[in-house]
This record gives sequence, structure tokens and C-alpha cells, in this order.
Amino acid sequence: MAKNNTIYVREEIIAEKPAPNLSKGIVGWLRENLFSSVLNSILTVIGVAFLIWVVPILYGFLIGNAVWPGEGVTKADCQAPGAGACWAYIEDRMSFFIYGFFPQDAYWATQEGFFASIMAYWRVNAVFLVGILLIVPLMWPDLPYKGINAILFFAVYPVFVYFMLTGGVFGLEEVPTVKWGGLTVTLIIGLVGIVVSLPLGIILALGRQSKMPIIKSICIMFIEVWRAVPLISVLFMASVMLPLFMPVGMSVDKLLRALIGVSLFSSAYMAEVVRGGLQALPKGQFEAAASLGLNYWKSMFFIILPQALKHVIPGIVNSFIALFKDTSLVAIVGIFDLLKTVLVANLNLDWASKNQAITGYLFAAMVFWVFCYGMSRYSLMMERRLDTGHRDK
Amino acid sequence: MKNKIVTVALSATFGLMASTAMAGTLEDVVAKGYIQCGVTTGVPGFALPDENNNWAGLDVDYCRALSAAIFNDPDKVRYTPLNSTERFAALSSGEVDVLSRVTTWTMSRDTQLGFNFVGVMFYDGQGFMVRKEDGISSASELSGASVCIQTGTTTELNAADYFAANGFEYNPIVFVERDEVLKAYEDGRCDVFTTDASGLAANRSKFADPSAHVILDDIISKEPLGPVVRQGDDTWFNIARWTYFALLNAEELGVTSANVDEMLGSDNPAIKRLLGVEGDFGSPMGLNKDWAYQIIKAVGNYGEIYERHVGPNTPLGLERGLNALWTQGGIQYGPPIR
Repeated sequence: MAKNNTIYVREEIIAEKPAPNLSKGIVGWLRENLFSSVLNSILTVIGVAFLIWVVPILYGFLIGNAVWPGEGVTKADCQAPGAGACWAYIEDRMSFFIYGFFPQDAYWATQEGFFASIMAYWRVNAVFLVGILLIVPLMWPDLPYKGINAILFFAVYPVFVYFMLTGGVFGLEEVPTVKWGGLTVTLIIGLVGIVVSLPLGIILALGRQSKMPIIKSICIMFIEVWRAVPLISVLFMASVMLPLFMPVGMSVDKLLRALIGVSLFSSAYMAEVVRGGLQALPKGQFEAAASLGLNYWKSMFFIILPQALKHVIPGIVNSFIALFKDTSLVAIVGIFDLLKTVLVANLNLDWASKNQAITGYLFAAMVFWVFCYGMSRYSLMMERRLDTGHRDK
Repeated sequence: MKNKIVTVALSATFGLMASTAMAGTLEDVVAKGYIQCGVTTGVPGFALPDENNNWAGLDVDYCRALSAAIFNDPDKVRYTPLNSTERFAALSSGEVDVLSRVTTWTMSRDTQLGFNFVGVMFYDGQGFMVRKEDGISSASELSGASVCIQTGTTTELNAADYFAANGFEYNPIVFVERDEVLKAYEDGRCDVFTTDASGLAANRSKFADPSAHVILDDIISKEPLGPVVRQGDDTWFNIARWTYFALLNAEELGVTSANVDEMLGSDNPAIKRLLGVEGDFGSPMGLNKDWAYQIIKAVGNYGEIYERHVGPNTPLGLERGLNALWTQGGIQYGPPIR
């Protein structure tokens, strides 16, 4: 009896056992993430089936059966049955996609090799190179001399670009803007639009909140008019109707007209984004700034705007990305941006084949994706850097 | 051609503009040192960037010929790519000096917009493409056929007119986009594909096997395409028109870019007059005596231009047809230089 009353007390801790096989490793991860319920299991099976169906097709089209550039590759290779993307066509027309009709340097155009092909367009390439050298340190947060850098980029660089591309001075051949094209024009319109629309948008947003009735109504009118018309009609107006109103024989450069149209258009959108940021600030911030004795501009620049802009970084970048993609609309008024050069090259019968146009569109999409994705990643980085405690960590 | 409303709406504006159109285009052109030439934003064979990213094509060569006549240099041209909506405004406003942009010569454009058509660089017209295996050789055998057409275009109306006028049954299969029409035809959803003949040829060369398709000889609409200048400047109009005639006369007389120097010594009085060896036909137009020599030397005669860009040996592969000289069964006819 007494024996049966003995209470069993464990005196040492049981050794840890490995987790059951079903909840660890790959199997565990699969059970947790892919097959946690009946519905998820069904979705997983459907998803995997879709991938199995689509990946080999894509791989075959984009890589496996694609026609890559090389010696003696012609349209016959792209026309062959079963041929995939015609990358050789993209490579062949690459200079058109990047530089449009920009004339080649007389000496380097006759030379062979990769270096010569870069030097043939040295004026445009110099613009690209200097642009990269200025914009990278400007955007790299930890590098010094931001002030000088900004002056160089926003004031000196545009002048440099203008003289380098139009020429007509320092012995450079004059190149009218109708000869600009391809990625060069896309970047010019995108960058000018971005650089002009942000400050203009901030001013318009402040104006809309102003207590001065005339300034306020002008800003409201400007914003509402530009937001109420589609960009296409702005561009058509600028390219078709404007010349008819001008004195006979006088014409404003077509690219300039498009640049102004795009910049004003996007600044109206930018103004509304910035206004969102201004309205998100508590009234106390304005009052605090005023109680410190700061005047209007000082309180705006040191207290209000830094906070307001930080709030709307996603919105601002959103507008930038939309603007960058909208630049392709200038194609309809006969400006050869990247997309237009692709569309025109697609008509080229030297590479006539079934996949010519698809390959061209894929290429354009990839270029746009690289730039837009880059912008979006950069904005995410800036958001995290400037996040000073408004978000739950 | 495609948008009547725009034409009507704009014609009033241009009609007013015509009275103020500039005189002295030649002086302007000489002063600025180049011709501003309006071209398409891309039509194979007519104006398209070549492998060196320069404009090339039938329309482009007309502008080069004009430049050679004025400047003795075919490359003093700046090209303005224009789409079909902005082309007339660009010409009216003086943004371009000449519009060489596959523009169909119609009465309303000639008489209401304040323009003059220089001539017909290319006689185009709507045609039919069928599969070779179907063994169709003429449009008269198309009764009962299913036809792939792009909707909302004159192409659709022309086809309807044609089949109604001939009392044929037909089954139109319409699409909004050109690419869809082509795809449907290629997939065998219809027997016939119809659009302008030059467009048929350009599209055919995109097929996996172009030789499996034939373009019928029948043409069911008139699309005379030619350069356009502003009305009210007869000097410029004369230069534009005789540049075109010089190209035709040179072909008729057998003068080519290759043999033009040799031909300077020809005994044929017509050739002597053309090349400026005898008489001076250039200065009354404000040009040099050897204006036509410069044109032929630089860009060749009409036949050469045709062969280079749209002829049978190009990807377009268009036979001369109506565009042959009048001496060879076509209707290209240059008045004599005398």
C-alpha cells in the first residue's frame, strides 16, 4: 500500500528533444507557410501549377530560344520557326534607342570597336557621365559638400547639357532638338519635369494655403485647371494649336513646348501632394514657429516644410514615377522619346519578324522598370532614414 | 483621309491662315541654309530611320532632291516628324517648308486648307492579300470570302463599297487594332486581308513565310500620295513641282545618278536641256542652271528612288504598276523641259 503511495518526483530536467519532424526544416516551413489550411493548400497547388506552366514558356522565349546578337545573325534567325525574343534586333538598333537621330562624331563613326561606338556619341555620353557623377554624390546621404553639389547639379549642369547637346558654340556642330531622341529625350523630359515640378509644386501648395486672396485664387485656379485637363490634350494644344496662334514664321521649339507642358502639368499634381503634407501637421507646429518669432518664410523652411515633405515622400515619389512614365506620351506629338524610337524601329523591315515588336516592347518595359524601381527603392531608403519616430517600429 | 471632323473643323482656321501665308519661302530657306521637311513618324519605305539613324525613304528622298536643287547638297534638310493630326497645322504655320508625308491628294485638302499638292510621288490604293494556297488570282473571285478589316477606317468603307458595287457576298471580320487584323488573318480566321497596297507589302514581310501570301493586282481605291506646299507662293510651288518632274524626266531620258556625268556630253537636246548644258531653265525659278543635274547626281531619278525604297528588291517588294512611267504602262508623266 505504502509503496503505491510513493509520489514520483523528477529530479532532473528531461533532455531537450528535437522538434517533431513535421514542424521543422523544410517540411515545417512548407506546412506553416504553404499548407496551413485546406484553402492555402489549394492555392499553393494552383500557384505551383501556374509557375510550372508559365516559367518554361517565359524562359524559352526570353532566354532559351531567344536570338542573341552575334556575327552574322540576321532577321532570318528571328524568323525561324520557334525562335524566341529577337535580342539581336535590340542590339542592332541600340544606338537609335539611346541617342535617336543625334549625329555621330565624324571621326569616331568611321572607327571600329566598342570604344569607338561610345566616342561616336561622345557629346551625349559626356552628358550622361557628368550627370551620373553629380547625381550619385547628391543622393548618397553620407557624402559631404551637398551645397556645392546641388549648385553644380541644378544650376551649372543644365547649362552644360544645353551647350553640349545643341552645340553651335566652341566648334561643336549645331544639333536641332528634333534630332534628339531615345532614352536621352526621355531622361531630359523626366529630369526637367521632376526638378521643376517639386519647387513649383511647393510654392503652389503654400500659395493655396495663403491668406492673401489674390495669390490664393491664382494658385487654386492654376492647380485646378492643369489637373482638370488630360496630359495628352496639353501636349496636343502645345504642338498643334500653339503654332497657329503665334505670329507667322515664329515658332517655339517643339521639345521646349513639351517640356513646359509636362512641367506645369506635374507641378499641379505635386502641389496637391505637398498640400496633403501641410495639412497633416498639427496646428501647434505653426503656432510654435510663430511664437519663436520666425517670419513666414523662415517658419516654412525650418519648421513646417521639413516635416510636411517627410510625411509625403511616398506621394512625391509616386508623382515622380508617374511623371517619368507619362513622358512617353510626348510620342503622340512626334517627339522621339524612348518608346517612340522603339515603336518606329519596330516598323523597320530589316528585322521584320513575328517577335520583333514584342521584343521591342519588352526592352522598353525593362528600361522603364529599371528607372522606376530605382526611384522607388531610393525613396524607401530615404523614408527609413528620415523616420524620426512617427511610425511604430 | 481618316478623320473628317478634324478636317472640317480645322479647314476654317487654315482657310483664314491661307490669305496670310508667307511669300518668299525660297528666300527664307536660302537664308536659314536648310529646308525644313515634314515627314511621317515612321512608314516603311517612305520615311523611316535607317541603320545609321538617318531618315530614309521615298518621301525623304524627295526632300533631299529639293535640297540638291537649291543648295547643290542633298543633306541640307532638317526633318520634322509629324503625325497625321499635326501635319497640316505645321505646314500652315510655317514650321515646315514642305510636307512630304504620305498625304493623300484630295479635293478638300487642295481647295479648302490653303495648300497646293506638288504631284503624286506614289499612287497607292487599297488592295487585297490572300493565301497562295487558296489559288485566288483576282478580286473578282472573292465573292463569299471572309475579309479581315480594321474598323473605323476608310478601308472598311472602301471594301463595303467595292463588294456592294460588284454584287458580291462577303463576310467582314472587323478589329480595332491593325495588329489584331493581321494576327487574325495569319491564324486563318479569314481568307482576305485588306488595306493600302504599300501597307499590305510591309505587313506581308512580317509573316513567318511571306512567299505564302499574294497581293492581288486589283486596286479598289485611289490614294495618290504626294508632297504638299503652302498656297500663295508660286516660286516655291514651281521649284517643288519641277523637282518632282525632273526626277520623272530623268528616268524617261535614261539619266541616272551613275551616268549623269557621262550624259553631260549627250547629243540628245532633251537631255541637254534637263542637265543645263543647253539653255537655262534654273534661273527663272531662282535656282542654278544645273539644278536638275544636282538632283540626279545626288539622289538619282524617280526609278532609282523607287527601286531603292519600295521596289521589288526591297523588303516591301512593290511592283511599279501605276507608278511606272507613261511609256511603260504606268501613269507617271513628267511634262517636258523646254
